[in-house]
Amino acid sequence: MNLERFTIDSIKQGLMSKQFSDVELLTEYFKRINKYDMHIKSFITLCEEESLKKAKEVDEKIAKGEKLGFLEGVPVSIKDNICTNTIKTTCASKMLNDFIPPYDASVVKKLKESGAVIVGKTNMDEFAMGSSTENSSFFKTKNPWDIDRVPGGSSGGAASSTAAGFVPLAYGSDTGGSIRQPASFCGVVGIKPTYGLVSRYGLIAFGSSLDQIGPLAGTVKDCALGLEAVQGSDTKDSTSIKEEYCINYLNTIEDGIKGLKIGIPKEFLSEDLNKEIKSKVSESIKALEKLGVEIEEFSLPITETGLSAYYIVSSAEASSNLGRYDGVRYGYRTDKFEDYKELILKTRTEGFGDEAKRRIMIGTYVLSSGYYDAYYKKAMIYRQKVKKLFKDAFSKYDVIVSPTSPILPFKIGEKTNNPLDMYLADTLTVNVNLAGIPALSMPCGFSKSKLPIGIQFMADHFNEEKIFRTAYTLEQELKVDNVPQMKLEVK
Amino acid sequence: MNYETIIGLEIHVELNTKSKIFCSCSTGFGAQPNKNTCPVCTGLPGALPVLNKEVVNLAVRAGTALNCDINLINKTDRKNYFYPDLPKAYQISQFDIPICSNGHIDIEVEKEKKRVNLTRIHIEEDAGKLVHLEDEEVTLIDYNRAGVPLVEIVSEPDIRSAEEAVSFLKTLRSILVYSQISDCRMDQGSMRCDANISVRELGNKKLNTKVEIKNMNSFKEVYKALKKEEKRQIELYSYGEGYKVVQETRRWDSSKGRTITMRTKEDAHDYRYFPEPDLPPVIIQESVVKNIKSSLPELPKEKKERMIKEYNLTEKEVNIIIEEKEIADYYEEVVKKCGEPKEAANWIITEILRLLKISDKITVKASYLSDLIKEVKKGTISNTAAKSVLEELAVSDKTVQQIIEEKGLRQISNANELEDVVEKILFDNKQAVEDYKTGKKRSFGFLMGQIMKETKGKANPVVVKELLTNKL
Repeated sequence: MNLERFTIDSIKQGLMSKQFSDVELLTEYFKRINKYDMHIKSFITLCEEESLKKAKEVDEKIAKGEKLGFLEGVPVSIKDNICTNTIKTTCASKMLNDFIPPYDASVVKKLKESGAVIVGKTNMDEFAMGSSTENSSFFKTKNPWDIDRVPGGSSGGAASSTAAGFVPLAYGSDTGGSIRQPASFCGVVGIKPTYGLVSRYGLIAFGSSLDQIGPLAGTVKDCALGLEAVQGSDTKDSTSIKEEYCINYLNTIEDGIKGLKIGIPKEFLSEDLNKEIKSKVSESIKALEKLGVEIEEFSLPITETGLSAYYIVSSAEASSNLGRYDGVRYGYRTDKFEDYKELILKTRTEGFGDEAKRRIMIGTYVLSSGYYDAYYKKAMIYRQKVKKLFKDAFSKYDVIVSPTSPILPFKIGEKTNNPLDMYLADTLTVNVNLAGIPALSMPCGFSKSKLPIGIQFMADHFNEEKIFRTAYTLEQELKVDNVPQMKLEVK
Repeated sequence: MNYETIIGLEIHVELNTKSKIFCSCSTGFGAQPNKNTCPVCTGLPGALPVLNKEVVNLAVRAGTALNCDINLINKTDRKNYFYPDLPKAYQISQFDIPICSNGHIDIEVEKEKKRVNLTRIHIEEDAGKLVHLEDEEVTLIDYNRAGVPLVEIVSEPDIRSAEEAVSFLKTLRSILVYSQISDCRMDQGSMRCDANISVRELGNKKLNTKVEIKNMNSFKEVYKALKKEEKRQIELYSYGEGYKVVQETRRWDSSKGRTITMRTKEDAHDYRYFPEPDLPPVIIQESVVKNIKSSLPELPKEKKERMIKEYNLTEKEVNIIIEEKEIADYYEEVVKKCGEPKEAANWIITEILRLLKISDKITVKASYLSDLIKEVKKGTISNTAAKSVLEELAVSDKTVQQIIEEKGLRQISNANELEDVVEKILFDNKQAVEDYKTGKKRSFGFLMGQIMKETKGKANPVVVKELLTNKL
């Protein structure tokens, strides 16, 4: 079985035509995981036994000719900040090292109902704060294209698990680029849907007004399928949208993009951009033009201020969301304490990593009386401006294109001593979250050093369909071979 | 020096909803600890709030009953602070835009009518409860109350005495209970009151430093605590330079009968309010406000005016009857059945309220009390006998008729029958008869008493009185 080239469609066909059983399929996937994950380290928790049990049930269903679910028998990985009933959910934090949720996130519930097999929980930056997965309290995840480099973050485990062929479909979360940037670094496709399209119930909150769960996959079609499986309104999430916005993307994905208008924001292709990235993205834009879209460069001056606004808003919300980890009810608790004040002080000092503490401090500061107006309020006003600028742009363009990351996957440890430098890696992705619009990253080529380069497509709220159609059309044109040749020493 | 006291109150009231404000857990009081909890109200990672619409409706109802402006576009905010009873480390509340504002309540203290203005009413969630075990090094937490819906009602500093404060609270409570917004049980914590109090020299316009008083669990304690704090502050000012009231929060210790410093201004929380991102704005339709307004029952003030007119009762009587809606409803039911408003008021004010001190609900059916009143009116039984019937009615299921028969309480009104008794008593008490005749009118009462005793209280006093007067 050629697992790294398996798509959801080929799995479904293989199962239906009895080419292989789901137990055989999962056994093969776990063989691969057990062989390679000691090097890549995508997973915090693996659920081999439960997966094989579930696969057996799928096989029985197929044998009995029962109606199959949307993702019946398809292995998926889940980022470790999405709650899974009875399966440890850590947020890659010492704070939640032993936390076993008593409930499923709505997304997980949907996936289970659609027949997906959850193979494990993937590594991430602690509480999804970071762009390299180096902030995990447990271990660093490697980029399958070069194990000396980071897979991006915070959904680094999700992206690497897809790139390494451990699963055909992964679920991550994106607060400021946490799906798209690792997708770009690992050469896979990942989408951050419109805010509200996918329920956040059970997603451990980082920046509540920015967080969205989304799929990562090897191909655009699988990414679209992955989104269809989990989108939809949820009575448990008051910010989730009405059902009428949920569209079937596969119906139109092959319809082509003739006549679409695409905008190129010149600020997103500035001087600071890596030259190789600039040239690959420019090539893709040319290819799109050949495919019949109208290209126009325009000004969208939001990158720099947007980044500041993003870090203020997300940190403010994080400082509040992370308050509950006090050692009282669940999670890590310090050994010795005299009173509540000491319990909470020591628990939080010992339980949180540096980046989480940094964001809590920034967030607490910007919400403090006397500073609120100068920071948080200003950031919220700027956020409205970002929304408006995007709205204006989408009155002219169907899709906006930019690189996903201004830099190539960097070496492990290269940026850990300079948080600000790390924050700059998010320049091209965060504005999308401030505006709540959907954006996808897909591979569009490689650097000379054979590192993946990602291109980002953005569209107006609930216009995922246009994004998928554009991405699919480009994917067919570019035919980027995004399966890494993992030259790993197998011990 | 004469001082003036300035008081503003903050009242938390638990709303009468079946389920909590952000989840479907029950709000029932007295359940086994942590029974009424779920991932949402215990703040488990990943859980999200969904606003219970009934909470908004009840808050609008409260605002309407308390003469407020209703805000149609609302938002919620997070109030951040750490405390073990607060599972999310933030309380979902409302900060700059409350659901209701600019209301008022009219109160009365010693016949003086007064209007106390309300600044605002906002919705929020309650926290859990800490249980400190005696002689144990542990504190237990019960989250059953976490997420129970509250409204916080804030008054303007219009109150000038502890008496006014209590009158305000009583009036507020009766309006909220009448409108079925809350049961307002201070003993169960469904109504809680904090007070801001300062004093200033009479005639002075400037407000002095205020002190916040917490932990007053009954109207009586509110009264005592405010009196005590008023005295403390006046004393501090009276000492002159060097003694100052400091801005602080003080806790009322009812067992010691004094307030104790809880935290000073320096320790005050910075709550870092910001808009709650998990909840969209709450839009209230104008039609909803209209419907709520028209569905409000008769409120105490209107009821009082009507009752005075309709039943010809005194203001004092009505005040007692309408203090509890349950009593007022009971009264009107009795009146409807027996057609004796004055008698019904007397019975309820003296007897039913006395019985209520023993058992916490009315155990005499309205129809039975009205039967009883009718029997007294007809002269079937005496007032005294009726009281003993009532005692029995309160503890049994028997009817008035049954009790009268069983106890043999039927009154003797037949003059022939009574004449013999009167004759006998006059014969037996010659001295008293003499006394009466020589002008000692008190003897009449003595003779009446002897006759009643002889007949075991069954003699109709009106008839006896007439007979006795004639004979003497």
